[in-house]
Amino acid sequence: MIPKLPFLKSKDPEDKSKVFIPSRRDFLKISSLATGGFLLGVNFQCSGPKGNTITFAPNVYLSIDSDNLVTIIAHRSEMGTGIRTSLPMIVADELGADWTKVKIVQAEGDEEKYGDQNTDGSYSVRMFYEPMRRAGATARHMLLAAAAQKWGVDVSECRAEDGQVIHSGGKKIKFGDLVEIVRELEMPNADNITLKDFSSYKLIGKDVAIYDNLDIAIGKATFGADIDLPNMQVAIVKRSPVIGAKVISYNDAKALAIPGVNRVVKIEGSGIPPGLDKPLEGVAVIADNTWAAMKGRDALEIEWDLGPNQNYSSEKQLQEMLQSTSGNGKVRRERGNFNSARQQAGQVIEKTYLAPFYAHATMEPPTAMADYKGDGTCEIWAPTQHPQWARQAVAEALGIDYQNVKMNVTLLGGGFGRKSKPDFVVEAALLSKAAKSPVRVQWTREDDLHHDFYHAQSAQRIRAVLDKNGNLSGWNHHTVFPAIGATGNSDELHPSDGELGLGCIDFPYEVPHIRIETHESKAHTRIGWLRSVSNIHHSFAVNCMLDEVAEIKGVDPVDFLLGMLAEDKNLTFEGELKGDFGNYGEPLDKFPWNTRRLRGVIEKVAKEANWKQAIASGKSVGFAVQKSFLTYVACIVEVEKGNNGQILIPEVHYAVDCGIGVNTDRIRSQFEGGAQFAASLVLTSAITFENGKVQQNNFDGYELIRMPQAPKKTHIHLVESMEKPTGVGEPPVPPFIPAMCNAIYKLTGKRIYRLPYNG
Amino acid sequence: MEKFTLIINGKKQQVEVEPDMPLLWVLRDILSLKGTKYGCGQALCGACTVLLDDEAIRSCTFPVSEVGSQKITTVEGLSKDANHPIQKAWVEHVVPQCGYCQTGQIMNAAALLKRNPKPSEAEIESAMAGNLCRCGTYNRIKEAILTASKSY
Ligand code: FES
Ligand code: FES
Repeated sequence: MIPKLPFLKSKDPEDKSKVFIPSRRDFLKISSLATGGFLLGVNFQCSGPKGNTITFAPNVYLSIDSDNLVTIIAHRSEMGTGIRTSLPMIVADELGADWTKVKIVQAEGDEEKYGDQNTDGSYSVRMFYEPMRRAGATARHMLLAAAAQKWGVDVSECRAEDGQVIHSGGKKIKFGDLVEIVRELEMPNADNITLKDFSSYKLIGKDVAIYDNLDIAIGKATFGADIDLPNMQVAIVKRSPVIGAKVISYNDAKALAIPGVNRVVKIEGSGIPPGLDKPLEGVAVIADNTWAAMKGRDALEIEWDLGPNQNYSSEKQLQEMLQSTSGNGKVRRERGNFNSARQQAGQVIEKTYLAPFYAHATMEPPTAMADYKGDGTCEIWAPTQHPQWARQAVAEALGIDYQNVKMNVTLLGGGFGRKSKPDFVVEAALLSKAAKSPVRVQWTREDDLHHDFYHAQSAQRIRAVLDKNGNLSGWNHHTVFPAIGATGNSDELHPSDGELGLGCIDFPYEVPHIRIETHESKAHTRIGWLRSVSNIHHSFAVNCMLDEVAEIKGVDPVDFLLGMLAEDKNLTFEGELKGDFGNYGEPLDKFPWNTRRLRGVIEKVAKEANWKQAIASGKSVGFAVQKSFLTYVACIVEVEKGNNGQILIPEVHYAVDCGIGVNTDRIRSQFEGGAQFAASLVLTSAITFENGKVQQNNFDGYELIRMPQAPKKTHIHLVESMEKPTGVGEPPVPPFIPAMCNAIYKLTGKRIYRLPYNG
Repeated sequence: MEKFTLIINGKKQQVEVEPDMPLLWVLRDILSLKGTKYGCGQALCGACTVLLDDEAIRSCTFPVSEVGSQKITTVEGLSKDANHPIQKAWVEHVVPQCGYCQTGQIMNAAALLKRNPKPSEAEIESAMAGNLCRCGTYNRIKEAILTASKSY
């Protein structure tokens, strides 16, 4: 299967309409496609625990039982963003349900039934705000019609609230008591559905606690590793230490001698290129429990052919990449004539920026349970961001039809892009087949850090030309990093248009001469996407450089950027790009690149953080702004020195324009967490390779910030907006990184040209 | 294999396991108490934190043979009806994001308040420094501990 890079390619708008089909005939058709679905069609009757419960299910996301249970399907994966709450609450609000009594059920992987389930690229709310509202509103229309029919009143006199229909005369009836009637009604025409006015929402635009809040606090929430099945075994795998390494031979005698170890199985790896959805070559120890499997793995004796990557050094490659940026590259964007600007320069400022490989280090390491049954079907339980891809990858690996793979989605103990890839799910499936029993594969933390799909290391060189009047007249940005595409195709040596659209070729400022170039680099490991992807290194370089240019010009960096936005407009980059502009999969006419909104967040953050006063009073504050995933974010970070010289972060301010804010509490939590995530990228984390092997083993080598070093206060200032909602999972990260670097410069007097700072 | 009698959440439990098996795996794999999580196996992240008598320990590196007669409390036994002040504060502040680290955070915070019912912010930070949260819920964890400490 062709790897899916959700944020890198345009999404088919047809996909969206498929997920909401307001006609009974189509619904039944869709419903009959579903394998093992739990929502029955309008004309079905199902037996509930109390006997004959009947169900009204106007679409795949929603059902109402005659015993008043409202069930809403969460079809996208919960990895900490709150999406399992935020989408269902949209349905509930339009429906007029009693939110405190709504039951949320996680959908299994089935895109034919539910539409796009690939939880990635910060687009869940963006894509499903409208369909979810329609799903709720359609049901509301039908319930109102049913009540009006029952009471013999005009439907306009009825409203839905707190799980009941209320007549203006005071009569009330619970949704459940209307099920019998409403089931017989025709689905209304989509054109006749009116959505509620924004001001009348009770959930949308408010702080809504996550559905799993209590379950998590009492230890009852079920993550991937928490699935138990009768007769299950646990597998721990020794994987190729170097990408492309092959097992020559192995001796499992000592492993099998360990009590509890039952079996040792070789997993055939994909070699080079490693692929995005294939397991690595390895030898698995399958045991009664995790501890036995771990000890068994330690006792394996494996002889490896380490292959062509065995001498790979990431530092050596990084220096070569840096070197390459001084020459001419492949031009990816051109405006004006940079060379002539350079020739007429008053001053040329040239700086280079290096950033390392980063691992996702989700707190829950990859894990998946598979139960391969003798009849050629397989049931999976996995913390996957992309259940349909996992389903297809498993089917391919087992040589069965994907319709025979049932993909249950658990809670994810963090995702950040790692759990989009189905390699660990495929491992579980292969091992279950070999063991003829349910097998849960468990990655250790060492496995996770050694065998991730890393955020690529990068080298960048930026030349900024100031003309004789001191104006920024030329911008030449060179970027080089192994491309995500290289994980599936070794011939991909340049970053894709999609990767460049993340904070590089979308440079939004009014500079007359721009040239953006890329250089070749090879992937010697698996490259993937990490929370905000190449925005991480691009935003770092671009915004640190702009801060430095402002300083050299002797102007305030906030004023400098505002000045370079000139008058408000929609950017198209037309005629300047050598490839496509992805715009995160959305057409520019629907989601324009609007400089007024960028200006808005810059002005807001400067005002809320008292930027000018902070500077005047000598605080070490840094500023940066970065639009990513169609959300506009400006950030001001303050740093200070702790008692033993460590960098502390007393305060962070974000100004955010994500259009309509659906669940404002979860928007804030994403920014609070995003600041902390980004602080680790700035301060502590890096993955390096020597002799082809990752050198960091656990959290002592790959360090994350801990509470004492984390930002102490993070203020989130939301721009009030009625624009279409856009996502907030990734956008907190990009501007924080350079804002913090610029703040550290104020504190130490040293510019940061290489991440991480402590590294 | 050896037999051990453990007191877990006030209940006596017999297990027959290898003596070097860390308590974490006894809880998760043998007794099916899944609230205690695996994050690193090296006492570096705190996801596996449980109470041994009143003290927070990292169960991933604590061999079952060393438990002896000391009482073990896991998140499942922290309270009846989720009414431990820490749990109530957690719910009030909507602390979790993915939630995976949270049971370890909660157990560590419970031990902190037991020995220091009115911790300062700095004391909270240093007491919680062993518990990682990749999602970045540190601000709310701190606020929740401060809220809970009011009922001590
Ligand atoms: S799993 Fe025990 S401290 Fe990380
Ligand atoms: S809430 Fe996800 S790791 Fe802490």
